Amino acid sequence: MPTLTIDNVKVEVAAGATILDASRKAGIRIPTLCYMEKVQAIGACRVCLVEVEGAKTLVASCVMPAGEGMKVKTNTKRVREARRMVVELLLSDHDGDCQTCNRSGDCELQALARELGIKEITYPGAKGRKLIDDSTPALTRDSAKCIHCRRCVAVCSQIQGVGALFPQSRGFKSVIGPAFAQNLDTVTCVQCGQCAAVCPVGAISERDQIDEVWAALDNPKKHVIVQTAPAIRAALGECFGLPPGTLVTGKMVSALRRLGFHAVFDTNFTADLTILEEGTELLTRLKKALVDKEKVALPMYTSCSPGWIKYVEHFYPDIREHISTCKSPQQMFGAVAKTYYAEKIGKKAEDIFVVSVMPCTAKKYEAQRPEMNSSGVRDVDVVLTTRELGRMIQQAGIDFVNLPDDKMDSPLGISSGAADIFANTGGVMEAALRTAYEIVTGKQLPAENLHIKPIEGLQGVKEASLKITGAVPAWSFLEGVTVNVAVAHGLSNARKVIERMKSGEANYHFVEVMTCPGGCIRRRRPAARDHRRGADEAHRRHLPRGRREETPQVAREPGSRPDIQGVPRQAARREIAPPAAHAL
Amino acid sequence: MAVENACACGEKLSEEELLAKLDEVLLEYKDKPGALIPVLQIAQGMLGYLPETALKRIALGLNKPYSEVAGVVSFYAFFSTSPRGKNVIRVCLGTACYVRGGKNVLDALKHQLKIDVGETTKDHLFSLEVARCFGACGLAPTIAINDKVYKRVRPTKVGEILEQYKEAAKQGEAHG
Repeated sequence: MPTLTIDNVKVEVAAGATILDASRKAGIRIPTLCYMEKVQAIGACRVCLVEVEGAKTLVASCVMPAGEGMKVKTNTKRVREARRMVVELLLSDHDGDCQTCNRSGDCELQALARELGIKEITYPGAKGRKLIDDSTPALTRDSAKCIHCRRCVAVCSQIQGVGALFPQSRGFKSVIGPAFAQNLDTVTCVQCGQCAAVCPVGAISERDQIDEVWAALDNPKKHVIVQTAPAIRAALGECFGLPPGTLVTGKMVSALRRLGFHAVFDTNFTADLTILEEGTELLTRLKKALVDKEKVALPMYTSCSPGWIKYVEHFYPDIREHISTCKSPQQMFGAVAKTYYAEKIGKKAEDIFVVSVMPCTAKKYEAQRPEMNSSGVRDVDVVLTTRELGRMIQQAGIDFVNLPDDKMDSPLGISSGAADIFANTGGVMEAALRTAYEIVTGKQLPAENLHIKPIEGLQGVKEASLKITGAVPAWSFLEGVTVNVAVAHGLSNARKVIERMKSGEANYHFVEVMTCPGGCIRRRRPAARDHRRGADEAHRRHLPRGRREETPQVAREPGSRPDIQGVPRQAARREIAPPAAHAL
Repeated sequence: MAVENACACGEKLSEEELLAKLDEVLLEYKDKPGALIPVLQIAQGMLGYLPETALKRIALGLNKPYSEVAGVVSFYAFFSTSPRGKNVIRVCLGTACYVRGGKNVLDALKHQLKIDVGETTKDHLFSLEVARCFGACGLAPTIAINDKVYKRVRPTKVGEILEQYKEAAKQGEAHG
C-alpha cells in the first residue's frame, strides 16, 4: 500500500497501482490519449507525462507504478512544455482539416491541443500515407487522420477477439489497419464499430449516410418513415449538450417530424415481435429435442446483433444452425413496414423509404445483407447512427433543446415494457424467457425464479437455470425440465461460451449474445471524456436511465398486446445461408 | 533454423512439401511464447520469402490474428513477401557509408538494375535491399552481395561487380 504525494496531495493506493490511478484517486487530472481504463495502458502517446522527484526523465504516468514516498508533480513548466511538444508532434503528422471533419467539436486531439494551449505547429515536414477505406457499408477509415494510439487495435483484439486491426509497416509508412494495409472488406471484420467508438479522432467513423436520407425526404414520390431504437432516446440529448442519459423521446419525435419524416415509429414494436418469435422458436426446438427426439441445434443463440452473426460466419461457421432464425427488430420492422403497413396505407413497397436510427454501425451492414429483402425490395433503406441524426437535426437548424414533446405514431409506435430492456446485456434473454414461461405455464415469470449470476472467473459471461413447474397441458412435456441459459456481451466472451459448449463444460439451451460490451446501450459513441474516465463508469451513468423507461406501457408481455396479433409473421424470419429457413 | 529448402539428396522440395514441413515447425512452436519471429525466420529460410499461404498458415498455427503476423512481417526489413532474386544485394546506408557516398552507390545500382529498393529484377538474378552497417566502416562505402562484402565501392564500378554475377549465372546455365 504505497503512499505518495502528487502536487502536495498525499494519497495511498493499492500495490500495483500506477501514478495515473493515484492521481485519479487524489482528484488530480492528468490528460491521457492512448490510455483506456482496464483495456490499454502502453505509455505510447506520452501525453500523460509527469515529473517524479529524483527521476532523470519525465515518466508516463499510465504505466509508471506508484512507489512509496514518491513525490510527483503534474503541473510544472517542464511537464507543460513536454506535453505540448508531444501533442504538437502528433498534430504535425495529422491531417487536420478540422472544419470539414465529422469529429470536429468531439475530437480528443482537438480538445487536448486547446487544453494545452497550442498556438502553432512548429514541426512541418514529412507526413504519413493517406489511405481511405470505404469498402464496407458500416465504416470509413482515413489513415492520414490516425494518430496511432492503438485504441482500436486493443478493442478489436482484446474485447472482440477479432483482431482485424494491427500496426502495419514502420515509420512514415506505418498505418493501423488490416494485414498489409488492405481494406476492411477483405478481412474478418464484423463491422461492430467498436473501433470507431474508441477512436479519439476522425480516423475511423461510421459511414455518413445523411445525404441519402435528405434525398429521400426531398423526393415527393417517397413515403419516408423512421424507426428509432430504444438506445437512441437516452443518447441523442448528448449531441445537444444535455447530460448523458437524459431521456429525450418526445423531443426526438418532434425533431424527426420537423425533418420531414411522414411517420415516426418505435423499433420496440418489432422488438416485441422478436421476443415472441424467439421465445416460440426456443420452445419448438426444446420440444423437438425432448419429445420428438429429433436432432436439433441447441443451444439456440440469439440473432439480434448483426456483428455477432458475422462473427459466427467468419469464426464458427459450424454453429450457424444454432442461431435463431428470427430477424433482428430492425429488419423485422423494415419487412413489416413494407408489407403490412404498406397495405394499410395503400402504398407500394417501393414507394416507402425506411430509415432506422440505431446505436450501431453493424446495423448499416445488416440492412445491406443480400437476404434482407423479403418485401421484394430492400427492407431497410438507410441506417443512421445517433450521431448522424444529431448532425441532421443541426443541419436543419432545429433548436432541439427547446422542442415540445410529441408522441410516436400508431400502429408501429407502441410496445410492451419488455422490449425496453432489450438494449441492455441480458435484456433479450430475459424478455424471451418471460414470454416462453408465460406460454408454457400460463403464468407470469416470478422474478425470484430468474437469477442471472456471473460465472466465477469468467468476466462478461453470466448464466442462470430455470425450472419449469405448473406447465399447461399443451406443454406438459416441459414439466420439471430445467432450462439453462447464458448471457455474453463482447465477442471475446461469446467465444468463451462457444468453447465451453464445445468442450462439454457447459450445457446451455439458450444463449444471448450481444456484440458490444454492455449491450446496445453502450455501443453508441460516448462523448470523448467518457473514455478518459473509463467505459465502465460511462455505462453506469447511462444504465439507470436506459432502464428507467421500462414501465408497462400497453402490456408487460408482448404476447398480450392487442395490436401485435394482426401483424403477419412471415416477415419475421431471416434466412440462414444455406439452407434457407424462410417460412415460419 | 537448420531447415534448408533442400533434402539430404540435394533435390529441391515442392512448395507443398515445404508447407508441410512448416506445419511441423508450427506444432513445435505452438505453445512457446514469442514464437512468431523465430517461426517467420525459419519459414523464410525454407521458402526464400514469405508467401501469403505461409503467413496464413502461421497465423492459424500460432493462433494469432493475420493482421498481427502481417504487421510484424511488414515492420522488419529482413522479411520479404515477394520472391527474392538469386543474388541479394544489400547496400549499407549506415553513418560512415552514407557519409562516404553509399547513397550514390545505391542510385547507381538502381539505375543499372532498373529496380527500386525491395524489388527483384525480371530475370530473378538480383534483389536490391538497404542495410545498416556490416561492421566495416573503415572500408566505407560497402555493399554485400549474398555473403560477400565489397569495400570502397564507387558508383562507376558497380557495373563490373554485377557483371561477375551475370557471367556466373550464364555459366551455371551452360553447365546445368
